[in-house]
Amino acid sequence: MASLVESVPASALRSPGRRWPDGSFRLLAILAAATILALIVLVGWVLYIGSGDSIHKFGWRFLVSSQWDPVTEIYGALPFIYGTLLSSVIALVIAVPLGVATALFLTEMAPQWMRQPVVTVIEMLAAVPSVIFGLWGIFVMIPWLRDHLFQWLKSTLGWLPLFSGPVYGVSMLAGGIIVAIMILPIITSVSREILRSVPNLQREAAYALGATHWEVIRIAVLGYARRGIFGAAILGLGRALGETMAVTMVIGNRPEISRSLFAPGYTLASVVANEFTEASSPMYLSSLMEIGLVLLGLTILVNVLAQIMLRTLTGSGTRKVA
Amino acid sequence: MPAAAISLRPSEVQQGWRRWKSRLITCAMGLSAAVVMTPLFLVLYFLIREGASSLDWNFFTQLPKPTGETGGGMANAIVGTITLLAMAAVIGVPIGVMGGIYLAEYGSERGNDGLRFAADVLNGVPSIVWGMVIYVILVTPFKTFSAYAGGVALGLMMIPLIMRTTEEVLLLIPQSYREAALALGIARWKIILVIVVKAAMKGIVTGILIALARVAGETAPLLFTALGNNFWNHNLKEPIAALPLQIFAYAISPYDDWHRQAWAGALVLMLLILGTNICVRLLSRDRRI
Repeated sequence: MASLVESVPASALRSPGRRWPDGSFRLLAILAAATILALIVLVGWVLYIGSGDSIHKFGWRFLVSSQWDPVTEIYGALPFIYGTLLSSVIALVIAVPLGVATALFLTEMAPQWMRQPVVTVIEMLAAVPSVIFGLWGIFVMIPWLRDHLFQWLKSTLGWLPLFSGPVYGVSMLAGGIIVAIMILPIITSVSREILRSVPNLQREAAYALGATHWEVIRIAVLGYARRGIFGAAILGLGRALGETMAVTMVIGNRPEISRSLFAPGYTLASVVANEFTEASSPMYLSSLMEIGLVLLGLTILVNVLAQIMLRTLTGSGTRKVA
Repeated sequence: MPAAAISLRPSEVQQGWRRWKSRLITCAMGLSAAVVMTPLFLVLYFLIREGASSLDWNFFTQLPKPTGETGGGMANAIVGTITLLAMAAVIGVPIGVMGGIYLAEYGSERGNDGLRFAADVLNGVPSIVWGMVIYVILVTPFKTFSAYAGGVALGLMMIPLIMRTTEEVLLLIPQSYREAALALGIARWKIILVIVVKAAMKGIVTGILIALARVAGETAPLLFTALGNNFWNHNLKEPIAALPLQIFAYAISPYDDWHRQAWAGALVLMLLILGTNICVRLLSRDRRI
């Protein structure tokens, strides 16, 4: 940026009288940009300090114990970690194939007139607030899942431990499905950007060898974009881990580790949402802070990974904020 | 594909199968696109079906009724959401825009890469975590949930969003504008504010509106900051109602009448957000820069 601007000596540009507004404006801009870094430090620091008591008392056991008992003041986060990871994995299993297929449809196959409307609809889906998905989940999706999809899964795949046990409706699987809906837009739009960056030469070469449309996609396009699509999936995972309201409303909020996907679960974000204002003792509050710290650590790790994958791919940081 | 390789051409049967497979997969992908779009239509359909009938004069002018009584409205929550958004904008817009100016006009390439990276990571911080952090900073010390705390939580979430969009539009302004202005001897800060930012104003406003629409629906960061309130908020140092909070509280309640109102509130919130998004689209359709 500003190659010519920088090559002109600064002193030549400014008469001494108005040097100070220039300097202070620049300083303001620097401060604003530095806010970003300050905020990252602040968020991590506040949670770390806040969870001090809990870290000191429980140590590593906090992460591997599944007892969560405010009465005896013993806290372990395992059921929540399990619930967060499992619901996110379910969401990815559903959303990645659908999202990538949609992105392929939009870049490779759909007629030109159809593309923009579909993209707009998907962007609108991304704009729906979490709490509205939750509301819809409680009153529309859950009853439908309970009476139809889950019954069908139980009767056909019931011999698998995953689909055994009583069907309540609110469940780990319902949580995974609602998160899948919510991360579909980001996976689709990032995949689409990646696919659009695949050079046309790549496709033309495959066509010239007599490949069919699908073969072109499989060999020339997907082979080239594999890494970026993986990055898109990881970015979706980052969103899935932190998803709060919709999940809280449909997952059942029971801190147990069950083999069945029909059983209720609980996630890190949900337990904070439900219990934070009720935390009566300092140790309770501190444990919830540590839950937040674990959640923050997980999401930052996953997001950093995703950004690295997507950045090394496009070679520049000017990718749109997803 | 007509006329592929001549001598090595596979048998007709094999060719036919390959073509069929390709068509089949095309269909499957089209179907995926339809499946991905379905939830939006389902959500909108149910919002209108369940919510539209409850949108009456009372809904926009009345306070919520106590448990057990039917009727009442969400007037305080609607005003609360607007108040919170205004406070969020006061924090998020100046910092976000100035940060974007730094990235586009001042920063070095390597420093900028780091800052963009940090902004994207910050953007991925779960919204519930913002709620906890603001609780510690602004609720515990003052011993009360407050509208201020809610506004700050939403405002901080807006910063990385606005910063990135502002930077993007500023970079689209031709370098020759800046050079021409410099040649006239205008101070750098004036060039940026009066020429560059002005030329990019439409794009910056678009980015701000999108960020506002995004935080307008946030519930998690408000749970332990703004808290919610069944009455009018007369003092920003006290808890304030917000549409998403009210929808959440009513949705998980056991009363049918509250469920009805939750749908109505959700419809209003959705119209607000979709309306903003559509406006932005119309605004930026004929955007030259």
